[in-house]
Formats: sequence, C-alpha cells, structure tokens
Amino acid sequence: MSAAPAATVEVRFFAALRERAGVDRLTVTPPAPALVSVAALCDWLAGQTPQLGRALGDTPRRMVAINEVLATMDSALRDGDVVALFPPVTGG
Amino acid sequence: MSAIRVAIETCPLAPARALGDDGASGARVVFSGQVRDEQGKVQALFLEHYPGMTEAAMENIARAAQQRWPVNLIEIIHRVGELAVGDEIVRVTVCAAHRQAAFEACAFLMDVLKSEVPLWKKVLSGGVWHWVEARDDDARAAARWRAP
Repeated sequence: MSAAPAATVEVRFFAALRERAGVDRLTVTPPAPALVSVAALCDWLAGQTPQLGRALGDTPRRMVAINEVLATMDSALRDGDVVALFPPVTGG
Repeated sequence: MSAIRVAIETCPLAPARALGDDGASGARVVFSGQVRDEQGKVQALFLEHYPGMTEAAMENIARAAQQRWPVNLIEIIHRVGELAVGDEIVRVTVCAAHRQAAFEACAFLMDVLKSEVPLWKKVLSGGVWHWVEARDDDARAAARWRAP
C-alpha cells in the first residue's frame, strides 16, 4: 500500500500571532491526520518548534481563513490551501 | 442598480465627497470612526491588514447589506498603517431612498466589520506598542444582526 501523496499548505500569521511566531508565512507538508481540521493543523504546528508552540499557546483565541475566506477550526484542509491564523479582529 | 465601493488607504482620508446625489437617494448616512486619545494615553495607532482578503471581506459585508436593505450605494474606506490621534480610521457611507434602510445598513456594516474583516489595531501608549484585544461587546453587537 502506498502512502497518500504529500499535501502542502501555506500557513500565514497576522498581528500578535505573527509577532509571537517570529514568521509571517510557512510552507509546510504535514502528515494527513493534521489536515483533517484547522485545529489538528494547529496542534501539529505547535509541536514543530518551541517558538511556534509558545506563540499558539499564548494566542488561545484564534480566527482562521482558508484561501482568504473565514473558516472554522473544524474546517478540513486540502493540498495547496492557504491557511491564515490570527487573533480576533479589531478594525473599525 | 446599487453600487459597492471598498478601499484600503494608507494616507489620511480626503474630506467626504457628496455621494448618492443622483436623485434616487433621499438619505445619506455616513459613519466616521476616529482615533481617540484616551485622556492623553494614546500617542498613535497602527492598523495591520491582510491584503486581498481585507478588501474581499469588506465587499462581502457590503453585499450582505445590499441583500438585506434597499440601498443605492455603499462605500467602505478603511485606513491601514500608522494613524495619529484624530485621524479618521474608517468611513462607511450608505445612500438609500429612505433613512431607515440607510441607518440600519450603516450600523450593520460597522458591527460586522468589527468582527469579520481582517484588521488589527496596535496602540502606542507610554512609548510602548501593544495589540488591542477584541472586545466581547463588539462580538455581541455583530451577533444581534444574525437571524434569531
């Protein structure tokens, strides 16, 4: 049985989460279980580096957009998606 | 045919133009949000956005308002970058035949903008920049427009 083809997603961070992560975008190839939901991807990302783990841990309230459309932590991910993670918005 | 215009501006906004003077609009409601000084504690504000998505999200909320109220024109302009105390942050203009649609659509647009459009405020206070936390009452203000 062959492994599922690797899926690549681009992760973008904004505002306080971007500063805490020390990076504004990452291209990652997570294992399939990390793509079942945004929450699963966040858990996987948090284990990649100590700084990412702290950044996500310090930003417990998060919003997400997939391909520039607001999504939820339950949303599934596909190869090529752009996943943006950010704190609740504060415009206006 | 009603029109939608959205814009992100990096420079101070020009004075409001007369919009909706086409004869069809008996009402024009303009909301202008400005930088408060919080009793001298705020020296400056910085607005971050998500280029592309921010504009698309502003268009989406304008389309939602257009479907809900009989309006002729919606314009949403939001500043990004560094702003000084007194600067206009956001200007929402709604033109409609009658005032009720214009008032309600304008209030809806501001409430939903504050909870759904990717924009983040940072404040310079006492020489230190810090991020503004989202307020629960802003979330409640947006929630009141959702269907019961």
